Amino acid sequence: MAVVEVRGLRKEFGDVVAIDGVDLRSEEGEFLVLLGPSGCGKTTLLRMIAGLEQPTDGEILLGDEDVVGLPPRARRIAMVFQSYALYPHMTVANNIAFPLKAQGTDPAERSVKVQWAAELFGIERLLHRRPRQLSGGERQRVALARALVREPTVFLLDEPLSNLDAKLRAAARDDLMEFQRRIGITTIYVTHDQVEAMGMGDRIAVMNHGKVRQLGTPEEVYHHPADVFVAQFLGSPPMNLLEATNFLFGFRPEQFLPEGIADHEGDRVPFTFHVNRIEYLGSERYLYGHIREYDETKIIAMLPATVTLPIAVDQNHKFSVARDQLRFFDRDLGNKIPPQTLNP
Amino acid sequence: MTTTTAARKRYLSDNPRFLAGLFMSPAVIYIIALVGFPFVLAIIYSFTNISTGNPELDFVGFETFRRVLADPVFREALLNTFLFAVVANLLVVVLATALAEVLIKDFKGKWLVRFLVLLPWVAPVSLATITWLWTLDSIFSPIDWVLRELGLITENVYWLGRPGSAMGSVIAVQVWRIVPLAAVIVMAGLIAIPSEINDAAAVDGASSWRKRFQVTIPLLAPIIAVAVLFGVILSISDMSVVYVLTRGGPTNSTQVLSTWAFIKGIEGGALGQGAAVALFLLPVLIGITAVVLRLARRREVL
Repeated sequence: MAVVEVRGLRKEFGDVVAIDGVDLRSEEGEFLVLLGPSGCGKTTLLRMIAGLEQPTDGEILLGDEDVVGLPPRARRIAMVFQSYALYPHMTVANNIAFPLKAQGTDPAERSVKVQWAAELFGIERLLHRRPRQLSGGERQRVALARALVREPTVFLLDEPLSNLDAKLRAAARDDLMEFQRRIGITTIYVTHDQVEAMGMGDRIAVMNHGKVRQLGTPEEVYHHPADVFVAQFLGSPPMNLLEATNFLFGFRPEQFLPEGIADHEGDRVPFTFHVNRIEYLGSERYLYGHIREYDETKIIAMLPATVTLPIAVDQNHKFSVARDQLRFFDRDLGNKIPPQTLNP
Repeated sequence: MTTTTAARKRYLSDNPRFLAGLFMSPAVIYIIALVGFPFVLAIIYSFTNISTGNPELDFVGFETFRRVLADPVFREALLNTFLFAVVANLLVVVLATALAEVLIKDFKGKWLVRFLVLLPWVAPVSLATITWLWTLDSIFSPIDWVLRELGLITENVYWLGRPGSAMGSVIAVQVWRIVPLAAVIVMAGLIAIPSEINDAAAVDGASSWRKRFQVTIPLLAPIIAVAVLFGVILSISDMSVVYVLTRGGPTNSTQVLSTWAFIKGIEGGALGQGAAVALFLLPVLIGITAVVLRLARRREVL
């Protein structure tokens, strides 16, 4: 087990800056998620930790040893790829044994370890099959077994669930979490799916344009976003943002509630919400509209199905947000600022 | 309402069956006229004793084949054909695979190198072979000259003048000619290997030799099989290299079936026997094609 740390990491591809000065340190045995839109540099960061790309500048430490310049095979890392990258011409057993053969493990020990890894992921009965005869979920387990068989110090996963269909994905997520907890290995997980990130990560590093915008627990990044990007990237629908005289403020759609629902809960800030359209989604209702005082900006409110209050379209309604749920941002820089006074 | 009537009218060119026939016809006519017709004619000739002196179709059954087989030159040509095709294509596989690995790498001047490598394939075969004829000339060969200057030989080798070196030279030129095509085919196969497979091998700790022999080459096998198929067919059926360099000589030591068929049938005038020689390996070629294509398809569904 080891801690992964990167310091002042930069990566340029020609004129394009893929990673623009990243500092990041995982905890021992932590499940750290790199989350961001496509092109934000999260996969490049992972590939540099693996040794598949060399950084332009900066340090990468695995268990306090600087590994920049070392080839992947000298790093004792394991990686699972988006496509799983199983060797199509080898049986499952040979796929799992491949890393052991590469490091020269003797045949007797090798078969013991292959058996161990296969049992760990419940794929003993698949050992003689070839990858093309496996389902997506089975392939993923084989890829995990191959990655873990030589007991790496760090486990890197590059969107390993994105090739599975929605039903399988939930089950695979659950499995993956359980393995990680049981083995207690430091894991870095790349995804663009915020549900995966929130559900799996001990901590999440939210990335954009080659930078880490915020590093924190799922609660921190969701409820206390460091800047406008994080506020709007996380959450579905995203945080509502409104422009006051000289700053921005925002609130989550589920915090925006009609009069009479949450009035008893302390200090609330009232708004007049003009509802234009309602989407009924079964477990919740999305209300689209705008606030009278901030005419231009579109607002979404999300009411859980437990709120059955009828809401009429094309009318003004009294809504409110708890004062401590309002978030404030600098109008030009977009970063978080202390609470301001609202005087609409 | 005239516009609607006009729009509704069906033209012949709206008929997909008619269009399909129209667009395919040039290829079909071309194949029938230049491949199909001579092929059928050759089969008919091979069962007759037709010659340029006696252009009548007298069917003699397998008599022509029997006479061809009885000729010791034919047997020598048959052996030479196998030697030529097998040795040349073994060399082609090794060289083409190595060359393909070099060509997909990124380096300065890559396009110039790719262009030069393809040149032997693009150049008209007879012209290219004539260049080799001069290069291997018994008196003026620049290869001999270099070897002499280096003190490795004292007198000329007579590359095409002695049985052993003649066969070696013919094989070398054939390899030179086929390698570009095979290298491009293998290169396409290399590019088709998903990059994540290579990344996985690197992360799994494979050295570059292990990666090459346990991952890359097994994955390339179906593509290499296709390249070999082309190479073997070309080596067995195409006579240009041997004919231009040695005409099968000296004393038939480089005689192969394709040159022997031409010499016998066209130059010697025994059309029936020439056709029989040319058709002799047809079943073998069909067999090789079927096996290789089947192998390639089986590996494809990985």
